[in-house]
Amino acid sequence: MLTLENISVNYGAIEALNGITMHVEQGEVVTLIGANGAGKTTTLRTITGLLSPRAGRVLYEDEEISGLPTHKLVARGISMSPEGRGVFANLTVRENLQMGAYLKKNKREIAEDMERAYTMFPRLKERQSQKAGTLSGGEQQMLAMGRALMSRPRLLLLDEPSLGLAPLVVHTIFQAIEDIRSKGTTILLVEQNANAALRHSNRAYVLETGQIVMEGASQDLAADPRIKEAYLGE
Amino acid sequence: MDTFVQQLINGLTIGSIYALIALGYTMVYGILRLINFAHGDIYMVGAFAGFFIAHGLGFAAEPSLVGFAITLLGSMLVAALIGMAIERFAYRPVRKYARMTTLITAIGVSLLLENLGVVIFGGAPRSFPQLLQNQNYTLFGNAAISKSQILIFSVSIALMLLLQWIIYRTKVGTAMRAVSFNLNSAKLMGINTNLIIAFTFALGSALAAAGGVLTAQYNPQIYPLMGIITGLKAFVAAVLGGIGNIPGAVLGGLLIGAAETFVVGYGQSVGIPSTYRDAVAFSILILVLLFRPAGLLGSTVQEKV
Ligand SMILES: Nc1ncnc2c1ncn2[C@@H]1O[C@H](COP(=O)(O)OP(=O)(O)O)[C@@H](O)[C@H]1O
Ligand SMILES: [Mg+2]
Repeated sequence: MLTLENISVNYGAIEALNGITMHVEQGEVVTLIGANGAGKTTTLRTITGLLSPRAGRVLYEDEEISGLPTHKLVARGISMSPEGRGVFANLTVRENLQMGAYLKKNKREIAEDMERAYTMFPRLKERQSQKAGTLSGGEQQMLAMGRALMSRPRLLLLDEPSLGLAPLVVHTIFQAIEDIRSKGTTILLVEQNANAALRHSNRAYVLETGQIVMEGASQDLAADPRIKEAYLGE
Repeated sequence: MDTFVQQLINGLTIGSIYALIALGYTMVYGILRLINFAHGDIYMVGAFAGFFIAHGLGFAAEPSLVGFAITLLGSMLVAALIGMAIERFAYRPVRKYARMTTLITAIGVSLLLENLGVVIFGGAPRSFPQLLQNQNYTLFGNAAISKSQILIFSVSIALMLLLQWIIYRTKVGTAMRAVSFNLNSAKLMGINTNLIIAFTFALGSALAAAGGVLTAQYNPQIYPLMGIITGLKAFVAAVLGGIGNIPGAVLGGLLIGAAETFVVGYGQSVGIPSTYRDAVAFSILILVLLFRPAGLLGSTVQEKV
């Protein structure tokens, strides 16, 4: 479904990604783990067209998409909950969700999808008329995920959805990920919380300073002594 | 009392014009963090567009409400198109560079419009035709309000309500607020942010043009450099209200208009000559920057558009 071929990305003179190759197949949950600064966010920003690669290609559903503007990629079924959540603090919860459905025309479907987001995260329904800026971190993360689903994506990118959240909220978020996965949405999950990410995914890539250093089935990586030492704190 | 009411009416009349122009400064700032120095010149372009429409379609010879409405809407349309062209060809190519680059570009566009104006229209003032039969209505005592003042109030209020509705009640308005808060998040929603930015310029420019045509009904001298001082005062109004803040721009405009009229009206009795009129806005600017840099309605978490 999604293939990255030898992607290199620079910020000015700084090289953030150095020829990474990876793929995500239809229906999979793939996780990308790595330490702070490894290049995970850069990878997702490149897939969504917020950054352009210096070299390499991004293919989505067998077509090259590198160079397309972000809004066109959203129209093609890619959606992202960005690092730091990126909710519109000056908009209400409901307006945030409406923006998630920006490209949708069918009012009835939008209303259904909004109800679905509220069912997934009842906290959002209680706060639907509140400005998103007044929400707690966990609620903002729920909003960011609910909003990303409003475009009915076929490929959902999640950038550190559990970052900085209390254990109970982390649990809610991973349950939501399982829920989204069970409905057939393909997910590329970026996490520093390698433990949970490996438990909730089919395959994984390990990124270190802009390069993929390991890949494989999540179960296998979770059992690998090097991963255990470096990422699982064992 | 009569004089006070009269001064207030006159001040709010000018203030409404400043408010219309200030809205454009504040919207563009909200969305791009750019002080669009060419905005005052769009006000001038609007006045000239109105001048040519009124003469071209014969409304100058025969005053009528329909003629006025067509002139107003026509000049708003012309200004909207020019505003979008400026954004597309001058600002968008430099948007990725440091903010200072865009600022200097804006000053360049402003000088370009002013000098093109002088080349095309000539430097001498022209007299804008009266599009409605003017008339004065006595309120009480000696205080009076003219038809053109009523026109300025009603059209400005209608436009401001329309703007409020667009920004807070429509999808494109919600997208404007989203873009102004977080450009990349807005892109991730599927919003074509370039289109929203262009639309913001169109809206702001149309309001400035309306200001130009309305002013010309009140004070018919139009000339290519007319946007400089008025534009600066409207900019001060936007800063006074809290730049990026929509209601702030309206409040700032009305306050500046009232303040300068009162200085002219009452200043002499306390030793301020009426020639200080233009200094009022800039003194206010200095005070705001010293004591309340975020503006009257601005706060750290302001509603930006
Ligand atoms: N806007 C930026 N400008 C310059 N360097 C950046 C920028 N964003 C990220 N970097 C650098 O690129 C590298 C990868 O960053 P990032 O993709 O954010 O890592 P991660 O998401 O894995 O923590 C880091 O070295 C980071 O310092
Ligand atoms: Mg990151």
